Amino acid sequence: MRKHKALLFEMGRAGRCGYSLPSSDVPEKAVDELLPGNMQRKEQLELPELSEVEVVRHYTELSTRNFGVDTGFYPLGSCTMKYNPKVNEEVAALPGFAFMHPCQPEDTAQGALELYYNMEQSLKELTGMDRFTMQPAAGAHGELTGLMVIQAYHRHRGDQQRNKVLIPVTAHGTNPATVTMAGYEVIQIPADERGNVDLEALKEAVDETTSALMLTNPSTLGLFEEEIMEMAKVVHEAGGLLYYDGANLNAIMGYARPGDMGFDVVHLNIHKTLSTPHGGGGPGSGPVGVKERLAPFLPKPLVDKKDDQFHFNYDLPNSIGKVHSFYGNFGVVIKAYNYVCMMGGAGLKQASTDAVLNANYLASLLQKNYYIPYDRIRKHEFVVSAKPEKKKGAGAGDIAKALLDRGFHPPTVYFPLIVDEALMTEPTDTESKETLDNYARAMEEIARAIEENAEKVAASPYNTVVGRLDEVRAARSPVLRWQKE
Amino acid sequence: MGGNHYLPLSDVDRCDMLKEIGVDSIDDLFSDIPQEVRFKRDLDLPPAMSELEAIKHLNYLAAKNKHLNNCTSFMGAGVYDHFIPSVIKHITGRSEFYTSYTPYQPEISQGILQAIFEYQTMICQLTGMDVANASMYDGGTAVAEGAIMGVGATRRSKALVSRSVSPFYRAVLQNYFNSRGLELEEIPLKDGSTDFSKLEAMIDDQVASVVVQQPNFFGLVEDLDGVAEIIHKHKAVMIVSVDPISLPLLKAPADYGADIVVGEGQSLGVPPSFGGPLLGIMSARNKFVRQLPGRIAGETVDSEGNRGFVLTLQTREQHIRREKASSNICSNEALVALAAAVYMASMGPQGMREVAEQCVQKAAYACEKISALDGYDMAFKGQNFKEFAVKVPAKPEQLNKQLLQKSILGGVDVSPFYPEMENTMLFAVTEKRTREEIDTLVRELEGLK
Repeated sequence: MRKHKALLFEMGRAGRCGYSLPSSDVPEKAVDELLPGNMQRKEQLELPELSEVEVVRHYTELSTRNFGVDTGFYPLGSCTMKYNPKVNEEVAALPGFAFMHPCQPEDTAQGALELYYNMEQSLKELTGMDRFTMQPAAGAHGELTGLMVIQAYHRHRGDQQRNKVLIPVTAHGTNPATVTMAGYEVIQIPADERGNVDLEALKEAVDETTSALMLTNPSTLGLFEEEIMEMAKVVHEAGGLLYYDGANLNAIMGYARPGDMGFDVVHLNIHKTLSTPHGGGGPGSGPVGVKERLAPFLPKPLVDKKDDQFHFNYDLPNSIGKVHSFYGNFGVVIKAYNYVCMMGGAGLKQASTDAVLNANYLASLLQKNYYIPYDRIRKHEFVVSAKPEKKKGAGAGDIAKALLDRGFHPPTVYFPLIVDEALMTEPTDTESKETLDNYARAMEEIARAIEENAEKVAASPYNTVVGRLDEVRAARSPVLRWQKE
Repeated sequence: MGGNHYLPLSDVDRCDMLKEIGVDSIDDLFSDIPQEVRFKRDLDLPPAMSELEAIKHLNYLAAKNKHLNNCTSFMGAGVYDHFIPSVIKHITGRSEFYTSYTPYQPEISQGILQAIFEYQTMICQLTGMDVANASMYDGGTAVAEGAIMGVGATRRSKALVSRSVSPFYRAVLQNYFNSRGLELEEIPLKDGSTDFSKLEAMIDDQVASVVVQQPNFFGLVEDLDGVAEIIHKHKAVMIVSVDPISLPLLKAPADYGADIVVGEGQSLGVPPSFGGPLLGIMSARNKFVRQLPGRIAGETVDSEGNRGFVLTLQTREQHIRREKASSNICSNEALVALAAAVYMASMGPQGMREVAEQCVQKAAYACEKISALDGYDMAFKGQNFKEFAVKVPAKPEQLNKQLLQKSILGGVDVSPFYPEMENTMLFAVTEKRTREEIDTLVRELEGLK
């Protein structure tokens, strides 16, 4: 029997409390003496009143209504939902990290600065770039930072007319949204029949107004851009720069580096590639790396080392300024740093090897029952098209819901946009062969179920704590907060 | 090789899998990478560590840092040493929460969706706004995105920001505006607060929004009555950046006419973490809902009529609207928002009020004691919440160095951000400070002048 879970606001009793504080030990004054009367709140705050055990049971029950990587297979394409090592959580919670104040003097923060410094060295080697900032708090934030740096570079050279950014049709939605955020215009470049960026179209599109080409390589189709060197040449010759979206770096660590492919700026999603957890939506971290000539424009401060002492360098007159109140998501960087320490160079390369092996293996199993366009060697992910199944009455979204009933998190659905009824599938490096076999069997079962009774599949899921939710209703008459009757 | 325990494939598995794929070797899987861009040497990274070695290494680095648990902190400037109840880390440490991602599949994500819906509700209860989102990166980016909402809502390209807004936030705002070619002007200070007498002259029908902070960067409670009227007369938007921990005592921004309320939520049960991850609060009146950036959880029903939650109004968002999206934000700070929600649920209205009252009382006590010292003066007249600026008789850097010898993390030097305020320090006093700790600070300062 399905049943909704009570909201915090429907629980508790007046006067109940879930906290314990020491009494104030300073001489007390009337609040009216301390705060201006006209700026004081008149009535009590409206918040739930709960005991500690009620709070704990509430959230524990909520957690049982949630699916994470620890629950099961999570092949959400382009999100790299790999296992999040437990030790990462432990080291990031050390009081010597988690309870540092961002304004404390540098000589009391040497361990933190050293960690930032070491991490920068590792990211440079991993990507072939010359300098990194850790300030961006997420991938999209890194994209914005990267475009700001590119913009500052062009402006500094007096190249003011470069107001367009080129984006392939397969790009993540954050790319075009970022372009707008940075005040640029988006020019979309189509794909060719092999799934690569259409080189001829790119040549057509570049001109003296081109600021940059933003590219994810391998693309969201899981395909390596075979003409990357030619693309780089075309863009550079027009005076534009190349931006690397690192969302899919998990495919190529130790095999190829964006810095060697002609990219001028990269961002990494260390919550993807370097194993830090996604936190139900965040926090992430999106370090940005650049080639030497762009380094002066990076956000400030950077971390530098002098005579074995680490310090924040604010002396960057051409810096774009700040993109975060402080130095970015330090707590997330610690976890990624720990992962890099434990994996080493060979380990990271093996992770990419297994990510690619898993994707090609799973694609090969699924191909027996499903259509996968662009039939060539893939990198870390692939896209199934459920167009034939859709014709039978159950599309990508329905297959996703049917996977929920079989204990799997579904792939990313309806993306990339150039594949009809897309199921973008990324198994990652941390999954066993048995898991992939089981998933393939579940997909086969769903394919059979669609043949037999597509309507039934289209009404999935059946085994989840709630049935299929009405998203149209949620958007049409929005209820975005609880309110007292 | 490092990380073997995270990689389940055995060599036999790998062979079998290659066979199934129909290739001879791993190299064949990478044959699509053109020769000229192949990385031909080994990655030159430090040798892989075992779990034990990594723990030792990270402990070694952590031990080099001072922190709020082995010092007495009076540092604030946007990040504060508030008490964090134990329940929070146990809830956020449940891996069903922290190893999940954005709840794109609501039927198996009801936990985080309901938690976000409840968080949104509590943020609205604090601010008086109609709608809140699931979080921004931090206070600085929340201010910047709030101002961009103002631009979107009014189709104007200029914002006014008070100099009493955190310089950290203004730096981010300035940068976002520069990039987009938008104009930003600063409203000057008068005795540490916004000089609203200048606002009338500065505002016109080109101004999209006016950004203020309550309490302001110097901890002063600004008089914001009547400000909204000036702003609204020009059909501009009033944006207020708040410290949510002050709101049990201070008037909800909605009550003095704010349109968009943003802020830093770290006060709500979140460790300072050297400045990140933090929690960007974003809330607004209903009429701005289409301009809101980021994720929003909404209520709906399932196929059987049961209540449930989904991400909603997604046509604002980058994955649907692409270049026409209200923002590019995708990953946010959901787990930090969860921590804040658990904090508010645990503290309740009484606990939240008690924390706020102790902040005000203890800050007032510290203020009185310090300003009674020879050579130390309050930098500004006015009433403070938990933080205050003091004119000190020596270089703040020097004072802090000496305080540190007594394991006290002193105040933040404000002169790098306000060059006219030489030898001025910002002290924060939270509910965690005891009378004895405050007295020790006062005694040390007295000895140092």
